[in-house]
Amino acid sequence: MPFVALSGIKAAYGAQPILTGVDLSIERGEVVSLIGPSGSGKSTLLRVIVGLLRPSAGTVAVAGMPIDYASKRDIQAVRDRAAIVFQQYNLFQNMTVLRNTTIAPIKVKRRAAGEVEAEARAILAKVGLGAKLDAYPDELSGGQQQRVAIARALVLKPEILLLDEVTSALDPELVADVLDTIRLLATEGMTMIIVSHEMAFVREVSSKVVFMAEGRVVEVGSPETVFDAPQEARTRDFVSKILRHR
Amino acid sequence: MLDRILSELPRFFGPYNLIFLGEALLSTLALSAAGCLVGCLVGFPIALLRRTRGWATLPLRAIATGFVELFRRVPFLVTLLTIFFVSQAVGLSLSTFSVGLVSVCLIASAFISEIVRGGLASVHANQTDAARVLNLSSRQTLVHVVLPQAWKVIIPPIFGFFVLFIKDTALASQVGVLELTYASKVLNSRGFSAVLVFGTILLLYFALSYPLSRLGALLEIRLAVRRSQRD
Repeated sequence: MPFVALSGIKAAYGAQPILTGVDLSIERGEVVSLIGPSGSGKSTLLRVIVGLLRPSAGTVAVAGMPIDYASKRDIQAVRDRAAIVFQQYNLFQNMTVLRNTTIAPIKVKRRAAGEVEAEARAILAKVGLGAKLDAYPDELSGGQQQRVAIARALVLKPEILLLDEVTSALDPELVADVLDTIRLLATEGMTMIIVSHEMAFVREVSSKVVFMAEGRVVEVGSPETVFDAPQEARTRDFVSKILRHR
Repeated sequence: MLDRILSELPRFFGPYNLIFLGEALLSTLALSAAGCLVGCLVGFPIALLRRTRGWATLPLRAIATGFVELFRRVPFLVTLLTIFFVSQAVGLSLSTFSVGLVSVCLIASAFISEIVRGGLASVHANQTDAARVLNLSSRQTLVHVVLPQAWKVIIPPIFGFFVLFIKDTALASQVGVLELTYASKVLNSRGFSAVLVFGTILLLYFALSYPLSRLGALLEIRLAVRRSQRD
């Protein structure tokens, strides 16, 4: 049984259809990367999985349980299992690094502050920010903020981590640290869905690559297949363009 | 002219006039304070209500929006006269002061709710997205994420509004509320020099409004300092 199973997902922003029928399944321990041109619906798909956008058709099942998007409890249950990291980090601007990473376990899970803070310190040290506990987001570089955002997600001990173009807003020299962090998580067996334009990284870290275009999945395969021997013309076109670019 | 003012001074600041001016000042103060206080107490929930989504609050939302849009657009004087004549027409024997009080509360609530709404809306949607995916409740999101970031946007225009508002209570004189502006007309018509009368009133208005601006400035600084320490 796949850990996340999407079938026939359609979604729109207002009158603008974004997803036009997505079928996809993700197993535990897999690192699945979504690639494709801008506007193909990759980020939207992640927003659907964490319940920030309600699909107009189709079903999302997590750990075998179909999500009822009208049920607050269902949405909360999904968010307990799945954490998302956003392109723009979305750190709480009024809180320190430590507070950003501990507020949810303390306020939502009602866990003891001391215990949560100890865990958060350990995770922040792991992502290289052990010295920045009392800094505010606007005192950090983009790369540091993004690693705080990853730490904030990890403190919740998610079963799956969704990464939405987490390096796209970063200066080039800051990308490497964030990718190192993700690489570390991959080696630890974290299940992840990664939306990224870092093709070399995608190729290296993914167990499965999904090519999306015009709101649907065009091709799914191993990194080698999708990048070196794509089966679909649309994929070949995209891959040849980005490879020519390098 | 200075001679005339000097010769009027003892009589102008006689006990009768002082009590009269004191009452007028108190009345202006009461109208201003009631407007600011009730305005915040009512305006704030209205702003929160208008942020809600879904069908359940739709009727209330529609009423709130109608209320705010109406009273922000109607001149203060028209509101005063409307309340005055409507209360008479339906047989409510409201005192002119009560008419003034009701009017200032309505108008302040509408304006303040709009200032608060703007402040809350100034907090980027990515902050509430992050709060939602962390499973923070709407109340927790408001208290821990939105409000702490919205205050610094809300406070300056709210105090700006208070200052404008104190001056606007002068319009209550038009329906016969004895407040500072009305008192100045009375004293002037009793033969006191206009310069003396209106100069005094001017200083009284300043004395009411200046401390308020200072308080606002102080709050702004405090919020800015707190921001760079802890949340």
